[in-house]
Amino acid sequence: MARRRNFDIRVQPGFGLIALFTFFSLYLPIAALVAYSVNAADSLSRWDGLSLRWFISAWNNQAVQDASIRSLILAAWAATFATIAATMAALATTRTPRYPGLTLKYAFINQPLMVPEIVTGVALLIVFSRIKVWTGYSGLGYLILAHTAFCIPFAYLPIRARLENMDLTLESAAADLYATPWRTFRRVTLPLLRPAIIAGFMLAFVISLDDVVITEFVKSGGQDTLPTYMLGQLRRETSPEINAIATVFLALSVALVTLFYFVNRRRP
Amino acid sequence: MPDQPQRDAIDVRGVRKVFGAGDYAVTALDTVSVSIRENEFFTLLGPSGCGKTTLLRLIAGFEYPSEGEILLYGQDIAGLPPHKRPVNTVFQSYALFPHMTVAENISFGLEMLNRPKDEIKTRVSEMLSLVRMEELANRRTSQISGGQQQRVALARALAPQPKVLLLDEPLSALDYKLRKGMQIELKRLQHETGITFIFVTHDQEEALTMSDRIAVMSAGKILQVGSPRDIYDRPAERFVADFIGESNFIEADVVGVDHDRATMRLSSGAEISAAMAKGSPPSARATLVVRPEHARIVPEGAAASLNGTVENVVYLGTDTHFHIKIDDGSTFVVRQQNSADAGPSLSPGLRAGVLISSDAAQLLRS
Repeated sequence: MARRRNFDIRVQPGFGLIALFTFFSLYLPIAALVAYSVNAADSLSRWDGLSLRWFISAWNNQAVQDASIRSLILAAWAATFATIAATMAALATTRTPRYPGLTLKYAFINQPLMVPEIVTGVALLIVFSRIKVWTGYSGLGYLILAHTAFCIPFAYLPIRARLENMDLTLESAAADLYATPWRTFRRVTLPLLRPAIIAGFMLAFVISLDDVVITEFVKSGGQDTLPTYMLGQLRRETSPEINAIATVFLALSVALVTLFYFVNRRRP
Repeated sequence: MPDQPQRDAIDVRGVRKVFGAGDYAVTALDTVSVSIRENEFFTLLGPSGCGKTTLLRLIAGFEYPSEGEILLYGQDIAGLPPHKRPVNTVFQSYALFPHMTVAENISFGLEMLNRPKDEIKTRVSEMLSLVRMEELANRRTSQISGGQQQRVALARALAPQPKVLLLDEPLSALDYKLRKGMQIELKRLQHETGITFIFVTHDQEEALTMSDRIAVMSAGKILQVGSPRDIYDRPAERFVADFIGESNFIEADVVGVDHDRATMRLSSGAEISAAMAKGSPPSARATLVVRPEHARIVPEGAAASLNGTVENVVYLGTDTHFHIKIDDGSTFVVRQQNSADAGPSLSPGLRAGVLISSDAAQLLRS
């Protein structure tokens, strides 16, 4: 047989070992977390047998309940606004011939992916604190606005990808068959875009749910989300309750990402 | 209209289309004018990049002309968006809506026109039976074959009863057998619906078999408009003769002009009469076109139009092609039908004459 022409990483020495090590170091801490969430002991360092007591205790903890509900409401609003903005941005950047400045717009839309979160956090803290003084309003709106901003690129990417692959003659065909631009959008573009919009929404939802840094800077007193609440708990004492919360959180994220995968894979 | 059988459905007047600007400007259509009659099967024929699809897109409204007018029954539609033009298109890729069923695709145009529900229903079932797709009405378009998709695309475009149907190489994605069948089907649909068809193709055979009239296009211009017979027998330009069918080109001297015919002296000294296009006074020397089947092999001599040596004999089943090296250095191809009683057996190296049938030569515009 002729000499192998393509570089195949799977036949390089040590590949399997490196892969194993990577998976191990990625998933071992998570496995430990899940294991200790069903630990009956009061301490994080001792194993005392199986129990669901920390799940029950977390469930009954008023602070945890408040933070969870706040997280879900925040994520729902932020993901909704981000998806609407992202859909419009994706339409504007794909349904146009290329022009100078288009790349700059991509960069603008995707800016939250590049700028360190801490920078955005501090910047928002400064701006919002002024607005809070002027308006006297200190509700959840600031967090929703901040989360919407950094969720937009995550919603934008799947929607843009879908639009770029969409056959433009379908829209021409609708126009040819007497559909006004709006009806073309409603009857052809939007239904074909729906899987990507759902995927973008779910991605934005998970990203919002997970956020710590920006939330920590923007939140007012008594506006803990689940992640910032957990962070706060770790500073004081290390209750095994947070293992249970983290495990539920993990399960929720995995469920959403899995759903995202299936929705995105199914094509009409 | 019975009293006006020659009414124009589409009248393209001095249309230019330039894409891009400045140094990158490309002229896709160079001042094209053409009239398409009502109820006609009109074909735009030309190689890729000749501007035929651009002209179709201008009529559909997907592009706007840089200059000129497009009249639909006398009304200028060149500036209207596609959804305001009573013309429909069958796309090369069919462009069926993948999230709708066959019936939903067909009803789309009628729904957009806000027609009453029961009218839409009857019209859709009419269309389904017209294209023989009744059984597949509730299938998704991804669950039917290419030929069936083609028919749905046709039904969808015909359902709103457009004034003109535009077809952009609709048969190019089908295999040979299916294409042959669809050619007949299209002709039938045009006949039954009485709608003006404008058909774009690069396939000369398709154009010749289906069209009432053909416009041959090249490099953004229409070179000749005529019936398939006109185009084939009386090509006005070298490109037309070359693009459609096979041709022999002969350089000859003009010795006399009478109305629309010219007497030409060939290199052999023989004189033949040739038809010429109206309004093209020939120069002293001009080019004649003779189709290979419009000449015969005869014994060498003064009775022949041209004399030469047999260079090659190509047997093609029903026909035989004789390649004759004429004494002036050019090559002439004669196509003769094979019959049971074999004609003169010619082999390379032998001398032979070529007799051009009377009325078969056509003078090209210089």
